[in-house]
Amino acid sequence: MDKKRRNSFILGAVCILAASGAGIAAKMGREQGSQVIVFQDGAEQGRYLLSEEQDVEIALNQENQEGKNILRIRDGSADMIYADCPDQLCVNQKEIDKVGETIVCLPHKIVVEVEGEKQSDFDSIAN
Amino acid sequence: MSVKKMTNFGLLTALAFILSYVESVLPLQLPVPGMKLGLANIVVVTALYCWGEKEALALSAIRILLVSLTFGNMAAMMYSLAGGMLSLIMMILIKKTGWLDEIGVSITGGIFHNVGQILMAMAILETEQVLYYLPVLIISGVVTGALIGIAGGELIKRIKKWTV
Repeated sequence: MDKKRRNSFILGAVCILAASGAGIAAKMGREQGSQVIVFQDGAEQGRYLLSEEQDVEIALNQENQEGKNILRIRDGSADMIYADCPDQLCVNQKEIDKVGETIVCLPHKIVVEVEGEKQSDFDSIAN
Repeated sequence: MSVKKMTNFGLLTALAFILSYVESVLPLQLPVPGMKLGLANIVVVTALYCWGEKEALALSAIRILLVSLTFGNMAAMMYSLAGGMLSLIMMILIKKTGWLDEIGVSITGGIFHNVGQILMAMAILETEQVLYYLPVLIISGVVTGALIGIAGGELIKRIKKWTV
């Protein structure tokens, strides 16, 4: 194997190891969340407790219901179960329940993020 | 621009375009947004080696515009352009250093394709939360980049330099 080929293998291996490490560390460091926040276009749209089973309808345009997503909260986790966009990437994403985990819908600019206990205490004081 | 060069350019653009289409009809559902095989990049990597930097850049940009206008939307075009251009610029730079062969250059491209898309997602969605996808997208970038590099390498060996 020539030197350049060997360097390429090293590059690939190092990147995979580093990324795996970072990914595992990010996952381990997370605690169970207590609520999800729905952001649309960067602005907060609503907060929903993970302890309350519900289907949250997120409509991009409130009037004609175009750009609709449905977020299902069951058994302490949130999952996007419906989106009327063509790519369906957010529907295929896994359910989320750990602090910091997100479901992203690119076409509708929606981000659903899990938050934990501390954050909500802080917010209730702030409110 | 000579007629031969123009013809080659048209042929390769068409080839990259068709590969994008083939990929879009493959029944491949990946769980992370932005995760893709990037078959069209075989043509881009090959063009970079057998043809030149400017030509590869133009080919990649034209392919993205065509594919976005035909199958995608404005948002898709923004993501593709961010990923495609950053990826190609990094490939050109790393190729110049001479440290890596075409597989390593392609791995670099694969990684930065995904980095570019994440940066664009951060800008559009105005959140840094998408950074959580970075580790898994780096891994997928290495794997797809290596596959594209192996395929491209076989082509490069056979084509060598185009006489244009």
